Amino acid sequence: MILNIIYAFLTVSVLGTLFGFGLAFASKKLAIKKDERVLAVEDALPSANCGACGFAGCAAYADAIVNAAADITLCAPGGATTQVAIAEIMGLEATGGDSVKMVARVHCFGNDETSKKDFSYDGILDCNAAAILFQGDKSCKYGCLALGSCITVCPVDAITKGEDGRINVDKEVCIGCEKCVTVCPTGVMKMIPYDADYFIACNSNDKGAAVKRACTVGCIGCKICERKFPEAGYTVKNFLSEIDYTIEPEGRDKAAEACPTSCIRIAD
Amino acid sequence: MRKISTFSKGGVHPADRKDLTCTKEIVRLPIPEIITVPFSQHLGVPAIPNVKKGDAVERGQKIGDAAGFISADIHSPVAGKVLEIKELFLPNGMKAKAAVIEVDQERSALTGKIENDWTQMDPQEMVAKVKDLGIVGMGGATFPANVKFTVPKGKKAEYVVINGVECEPYLTSDHRLMLEKGDKILQGSMMIAKMVDAKKIIIGIEKNKPDAMDNLERLIEQNSYPIEIQPLKLKYPQGDEKQLLKATIGKEIQSGTLPIDIGAVVSNVGSTFAVYEAITNDKPLIERVVTVSGGAIKNPGNFLVTIGTPIQTIIDACDGFSETPDKMIAGGPMMGFGFYDLQTPVMKGTSGVLALTKKESIKGEQSACISCGRCVQACPMGLQPTKLYKNIKKANYDTAMAMNLLDCKECGCCAFICPAKLPLVQSMRLGKRMSRKKK
Ligand code: SF4
Ligand code: SF4
Ligand code: SF4
Ligand code: SF4
Repeated sequence: MILNIIYAFLTVSVLGTLFGFGLAFASKKLAIKKDERVLAVEDALPSANCGACGFAGCAAYADAIVNAAADITLCAPGGATTQVAIAEIMGLEATGGDSVKMVARVHCFGNDETSKKDFSYDGILDCNAAAILFQGDKSCKYGCLALGSCITVCPVDAITKGEDGRINVDKEVCIGCEKCVTVCPTGVMKMIPYDADYFIACNSNDKGAAVKRACTVGCIGCKICERKFPEAGYTVKNFLSEIDYTIEPEGRDKAAEACPTSCIRIAD
Repeated sequence: MRKISTFSKGGVHPADRKDLTCTKEIVRLPIPEIITVPFSQHLGVPAIPNVKKGDAVERGQKIGDAAGFISADIHSPVAGKVLEIKELFLPNGMKAKAAVIEVDQERSALTGKIENDWTQMDPQEMVAKVKDLGIVGMGGATFPANVKFTVPKGKKAEYVVINGVECEPYLTSDHRLMLEKGDKILQGSMMIAKMVDAKKIIIGIEKNKPDAMDNLERLIEQNSYPIEIQPLKLKYPQGDEKQLLKATIGKEIQSGTLPIDIGAVVSNVGSTFAVYEAITNDKPLIERVVTVSGGAIKNPGNFLVTIGTPIQTIIDACDGFSETPDKMIAGGPMMGFGFYDLQTPVMKGTSGVLALTKKESIKGEQSACISCGRCVQACPMGLQPTKLYKNIKKANYDTAMAMNLLDCKECGCCAFICPAKLPLVQSMRLGKRMSRKKK
């Protein structure tokens, strides 16, 4: 009997060691496998390292998808294509998301010639620094301050300042990371679909009279676009026109021509 | 009198330019026809308006209720009718609500005076009065006075330190108050000592105000008040609490703590006078002394101004501008705020209005940092302004925060001394704001 017990003991301990090896082996193999998936996801991401997903860069996001089950729909530049690719690697269902490619655009056409300034600003050339003082030197508190904080943060250099003092986004270069939208203190940088035909080049919620006092190219909320061209997708809210990009518009160009301040502009 | 002293770390010596106004007696300005009273005249949460368009108000009526612990009541400085509640920009660059009041001159006139005997009042009753009458620090920070005078449980006040330093160039309103209202300021400081149960009262005064020192010293002797005067060497920013306490009681406030943690309560001369009037005359904080000065002002002076008076009105009282000012500043030139709209109202914290000429508003060309280290030497908080600046410029706000950005009190020593004329203070403001925004 004693022998038996010894045998049993031996068997168990041998098996234990074996399992131990097995476990160590398995986990090592699994780890390699994990690395491969991280690499694959990283490959599927656009390597813009823009940080729009909220992680430190594409590699960090890939790691979070694989190891921390992060949401796979966060890559703005990659869009739907990237999502499908990641879903395949991870064995998940691609939710599709909205497949409309979005790009940034400054919703303001004011410059030194068109817009009034209340005082001359003499400080750090940074939009947020300027906004600390009276929300900027312009009489209009919604417009572009044109000091180019967005230019500094754009990871792909899609934004430039023109000779006319206006800030332009090149939609062919923009990857839609929204960094510029986040940094902009006035909210004038907004996202519109890549395919957008027109956009409202004004961000002011001031009443018409106040807009006219401050700027010659702002939206005065007259509602001509909304009333005269009901099929064109314009709605005026808070004295500012808005375009519905989800419809098939009719007469959007006519409305742009009819706008008294020409603030409905072609989104080229 | 005690031996002359000062604080040790950092500091600068700007030209004081006080000669423009230090001999000008305080003149009471008539109440204008229309005044604009902001609901945010103090540090902390804005008061909530309790009047609306069309309401009739009485002089001294509470028109805004303190909203939270660090907040203060707002009183109507006049009798009249509320024309509208509107939004406007304050000199600090922030937007706030304000009541526009049409003044009924007859009913706004000063009437019979109440004279309470403060020696018969108990401390809680006095603190309650200070709160109800909307008293805040009048040196610039506008911290609600009743919060200061309520010693937290477990802490003990040993000293009351009265701030008569007025280290900002140009400003002389506290100087004039010490000359013209000396006895009331001394009594006010004893009231504060009673409220916080402190044994010692020290008044710190820089030695460029010998007449004020003599006047107070004489009054103290005559009445055998238990108050000491501490003469101080000239050095900016000695009027800041941290530097003042180091210079007067020799103790240092640590980062993130308050004067009460080293047993002190600080009150500036203007606020101490307001405390006196609140407690003895039941008078809310509805007027204050403002120094109007600068090279672009025709006849600079000191004025007793109704809160809500447009700055234009007091400029007119000085016979206007002698030349177009390059810069308008509310407060002093080191820590004040530039503003552009002359309709901006005088508030509880408006110690001065300066119209500076191009020559005075020390500008000069900005160039790159030459790593001279002068800003580091000048910073009274022991910070490294140049490193903070470089990090903030690169949007490394976290690094700047780790370098104690929040200790910066925007005193302006670094920007004043910087030979490269870098906008150091503005970058500190930007850094603080962006780190807040990120959260
Ligand atoms: S869009 Fe915004 S961030 Fe860019 S320049 Fe204009 S105000 Fe500045
Ligand atoms: S323009 Fe704006 S959204 Fe487009 S890539 Fe640059 S920062 Fe990102
Ligand atoms: S402004 Fe700030 S960084 Fe500059 S000297 Fe004063 S405390 Fe130091
Ligand atoms: S004082 Fe100005 S130039 Fe000198 S180190 Fe500081 S920031 Fe640089």
